[in-house]
Amino acid sequence: MAESFSKKDAAVLATNLVKTIQDNKVYLSEIDGAIGDGDHGINMNKGFTLFAEQNNIADLDFGTALKALGRVLLTEIGGSMGPIYGTFFIEMSKVIKDQDQVDAVLFGKMLQAAQAGVESLGSAKKGDKTLMDTLIPASESFEAARAGGAGFAASLDAMEAAAKAGWESTKNLQARIGRASRLGERSIGTLDAGATSCWLILKCLVDGIRLLLQ
Amino acid sequence: MQRFINDPSKVVDEMVKGFLKSHAHIVQATGNPRVVKSNFPVKDRVGVVTGGGSGHKPAFVGYVGKNMVDAVAIGEIFSSPTAKSFYDAFKAADGGRGVACLYGNYAGDNMNVKMARDMAEEDGIKVQTVVANDDVPSAAKGDEAKRRGVAGEIFMWKAGGAKANQGGSLEQVIAVAQKAINNTRSIGVGLTPCTIPEVGKPNFAIEPGKMELGIGHHGEPGIKVTDLKSANEVAEMMVNVVLPDLPFASGDSVVVLVSGLGATPVMELYILYDHIAGLIADKGIKIHRPYVGNYFTSLEMMGATLTVMKLDDELKQLIDSPCDCMGLTQF
Repeated sequence: MAESFSKKDAAVLATNLVKTIQDNKVYLSEIDGAIGDGDHGINMNKGFTLFAEQNNIADLDFGTALKALGRVLLTEIGGSMGPIYGTFFIEMSKVIKDQDQVDAVLFGKMLQAAQAGVESLGSAKKGDKTLMDTLIPASESFEAARAGGAGFAASLDAMEAAAKAGWESTKNLQARIGRASRLGERSIGTLDAGATSCWLILKCLVDGIRLLLQ
Repeated sequence: MQRFINDPSKVVDEMVKGFLKSHAHIVQATGNPRVVKSNFPVKDRVGVVTGGGSGHKPAFVGYVGKNMVDAVAIGEIFSSPTAKSFYDAFKAADGGRGVACLYGNYAGDNMNVKMARDMAEEDGIKVQTVVANDDVPSAAKGDEAKRRGVAGEIFMWKAGGAKANQGGSLEQVIAVAQKAINNTRSIGVGLTPCTIPEVGKPNFAIEPGKMELGIGHHGEPGIKVTDLKSANEVAEMMVNVVLPDLPFASGDSVVVLVSGLGATPVMELYILYDHIAGLIADKGIKIHRPYVGNYFTSLEMMGATLTVMKLDDELKQLIDSPCDCMGLTQF
């Protein structure tokens, strides 16, 4: 098992992200429909598909692909998710701008940069029933595992488990931010749509990186 | 869906095209298909910008025009415009004395406006904001900063737009727009849900024979669901939420706006207004100017909103000044 992957050979991760969002368009809108306005899957699909249409992804490196994806989300999508995921991917891309190989240290920094970028946009904290409930545990668990001596693949395992648990935790949380917060207690019992798309995105990255490390 | 639609994913683009053709004497296209600007130049005065999700006609694009909003950023149905569109609207409205961005309190709009403002400031365009929060049922008293902006935004644009046209500084335009929204309270009542064309089905339900008091402009849940009441009883429930919140008091002079939510016959708005006007007069409050009609809607939702703004001399003069836009024409 390798301990890093080449940025140049990792455009497949971006291709996978597009496919994941396209495959889950209906699922994400259904989750959003329960406590939101039901267009999360539509908006995400619009952005990721536009990115795929505007770029020959296979020709890009991983960093350039993330930056291009972030730009499309930021400039074409709007809503809350445009700025949030636009910033998420652009901040990730900045970390590896001048790097050729992505190792666990850099990937940990990418997660932290994504988290810090999203935190700079709003006031969402862990427990508010947003994508931060997936992202924060994922980022923290990856870093804790890596700092504790785990290799890249084992750190990804820790990240995946924490992201999944964080995502699932949103079901029993009461929304404290965004449109769903207007529901008060009625928001309890349903997964958060943003936490769900964040889980799908992180899981897709984890699976893709595992293959690249083999 | 019983709707006039070609492609559900293109409703906003096609609507904008039709709007520009219909109102070419007031508005024009810009380089960004999601930004429309007024024909009346903003040179040497403060520019006024707003923006928001689509589906609220006449809001938001319908308030672009003379003595009102100078440029608007247009989002997807019920979804904030992009930061890029807000930024392009700022550029379209900048006449060299800064831009007042007057918009409603929603998470997406807050984020996109913030990013657009950062982009504009890098270009040397000074942008200040007022965030409308007139919807009483959306958060408790004392927690006003969490309330949504609804039809009261029209009074904020009217006051801000008039002040800008009188040559007010950016600080003065912002101050008067903030005062307008601080003096304004609203409530909505919903009778049926609405459907985003691309989603294809309603994302919430109101059972026949029921109504939702305090519903938001996108179907956000309100204070309570009750049996459908008579127009007079509904008018009383609305007045009893709005008036105590400021509170409006005997001797006050106010502007009253009763807007339909899209599918309610205008006839019924007048039935509501008849009783609302009586209830307000009974409290010793003087209605300086009423507005009744479809001013700020929510696709094909049935229902109505009540908005009341308390006037002082400055607001009275600004509200009374002439304006010309699709949503509001005054001489």
